[in-house]
Amino acid sequence: MSALLRDKRLPVLVTAILFIAMFAGGASRYQNQNFLSVQVIANLFIDNGYLLVAAIGATFVILTGGIDLSVGSIVGFTTMLTAWLVQQQHWPVLVVIPLVLAVGCLGGYLMGYVIHYFEIQPFIVTLAGLFLFRGLCLVISKESISIDDRTISKLALYQVQLPGGTFLSLGAVTSLVFLAAAAFVLHYTTFGRRVYAIGGNEQSALLMGVPVARTKVAVYTISGFCSALAGLLFTLYIQSGDPLHAVGLELDAIAAVVIGGTLLTGGAGYVVGTMLGVLVIGLIKTIISYEGTLSSWWIKVLTGALLLAFILLQRVIGSRGRAAPLPAR
Amino acid sequence: MTNLDWRAATRHRLFWPVAVLVALLLINVPFTPGFFAIHVRAGHLYGSLVNILIFSAPIVLVALGMTLVIATGGIDLSVGAVLAIAGAASCLYISKETDQNSLSGVLIAVAIGLGAGLVCGAWNGWLVAGRGVQPIVATLILMVAGRGVAQLITSGQIITINSNTPFGVIGGYWLGFPFSVLLIAVMVTLAVVLTRRTALGLLIESVGGNAEASRLVGIRARRIKLMAYIFCGLCAALAGLINSSNLSAADSNNAGLWIELDAILAVVIGGTSLLGGRFYLGGTVIGALIIETLQNTIFTIGVPTQTNLVFKAVMVIFVFLLQSPAFRAKVFRRRARPSAPAVADAAPPATLTTSEVGR
Repeated sequence: MSALLRDKRLPVLVTAILFIAMFAGGASRYQNQNFLSVQVIANLFIDNGYLLVAAIGATFVILTGGIDLSVGSIVGFTTMLTAWLVQQQHWPVLVVIPLVLAVGCLGGYLMGYVIHYFEIQPFIVTLAGLFLFRGLCLVISKESISIDDRTISKLALYQVQLPGGTFLSLGAVTSLVFLAAAAFVLHYTTFGRRVYAIGGNEQSALLMGVPVARTKVAVYTISGFCSALAGLLFTLYIQSGDPLHAVGLELDAIAAVVIGGTLLTGGAGYVVGTMLGVLVIGLIKTIISYEGTLSSWWIKVLTGALLLAFILLQRVIGSRGRAAPLPAR
Repeated sequence: MTNLDWRAATRHRLFWPVAVLVALLLINVPFTPGFFAIHVRAGHLYGSLVNILIFSAPIVLVALGMTLVIATGGIDLSVGAVLAIAGAASCLYISKETDQNSLSGVLIAVAIGLGAGLVCGAWNGWLVAGRGVQPIVATLILMVAGRGVAQLITSGQIITINSNTPFGVIGGYWLGFPFSVLLIAVMVTLAVVLTRRTALGLLIESVGGNAEASRLVGIRARRIKLMAYIFCGLCAALAGLINSSNLSAADSNNAGLWIELDAILAVVIGGTSLLGGRFYLGGTVIGALIIETLQNTIFTIGVPTQTNLVFKAVMVIFVFLLQSPAFRAKVFRRRARPSAPAVADAAPPATLTTSEVGR
């Protein structure tokens, strides 16, 4: 029992069990509405691909013990910039995509630079990022810009057929490929080990010769890149740019990371857990839409309740074999 | 001699916040004729300054509670949601009343709103002090779920009420004075007296400096933290009542949206360290006034309102860069040398306390 409680994979396991239980519950409750199909799971990825990518970025940051509040704003800004460039400036999509990704990277890099070299808390720096990018959205336009560019529509409607008649959207496939890449980087590269080392104890990591500065700045750059990519997927999903797109997405992303079992103090967690966290949040949305009569506000309340449950679970696990948690940074 | 006085003045921790506030107010003068004029019209106080004070009331209140929470080494992200819950709960009660102008009904509604704030604060405090959850995370729960709860209270609608005399007074005028300004004066005085005329402030700072060490010397660290979160919840609820009274409505979606960020910003501009252990209530009030004046200034000088957020972001970055010792060391490297003793002055007490605790 104590061996089980000490296992770092336990939170991921709990999330997986929760997901299966919720899915089974939904399947038995909505038997007549065809809930039990592979397409329902595929739809989870189609509808939440952008959240998955954003949450992967948040996982990197949280693993180092930091936090990134600018996710939602960068996603919103990316939709806005893409829509403006494609729709009103008539730039080719193939130029716009690398450009907005570079903008996201630059934003993340600047925030990481300020956080590390000027020793300001990540919370505050990314908060400023949140204001800045949301403000820049409004500078581009106060109105929403809908996109009817042919390339974008083609990309948005493209379906990847899977055996058994199910399909995935391009966004969902991108997010899954990205997930695999992130898992590889975190577990099989030096960079990944450095991320975990810094989250475990930055001081020790520094003394061990880990290039802390480079790694931390890189992590925020990755988060900026993920936010921009998530913004592109969101643009494909919703085919418009709006200054109010993805307000509060950072909270969903952080919630998914925590529900996925990553410690907010850093140093422990898996991107696969993050994927399960995103799926659980997505499943709450699906079940509430199947239920039909429930107010969509229950999504927030239930997400909050799950967040609470998993944080208390982290405390139970964390209090064994671990020193007192590090103060929030 | 005067040179020395000037130097001492610029080193005072409130010097820069006050200077910024004064500068912002002066910027307004060419754009608004009679900016500093305050006159009585129809028995009410009128003027741009009065308006700024009235509109800053919610931020001042929320920032006041936030200061004490941050002083204990915590943070409260849920204030916006608590504000919405309190407004929703009291407006719901009033809207169900047959006579919306009855004083007793409004008093009960106010009590319900404040009670909601108390419960939310106690919940946050229990998670942080009782369960030992990181403050950012603990209050994130209520931040996410709280707005949902507020929406459920109002069934997703905007509740409008029609109570001009008793409830409308909270955000309006009372005997010719803006009631909300009186309210913040009372709350600020109360907080200052409680923390600076009793040992409470010292206890809060010691808990924020090192909770474990404070517990070992016999301070009830958990109770102090719990009280700070409850006070913060109450302040947020009060801000919610002011907000609802201003609008005669409860809008769960937009009430207090992002006020937690404004409040944290106000606290930090006022010189309180986010790491806890030191707090300045006066600085917080000035910080909150700066934010409100900035918004007002952006509006009056005719900057398009959509650049409001960019302005604010640039200001956040600017303020924090100036407060960062690492940034000052890098940028003002040459100029830093003559004032190096000032830095040395600040450092020894901190190291002394840690070494004392170590023994």
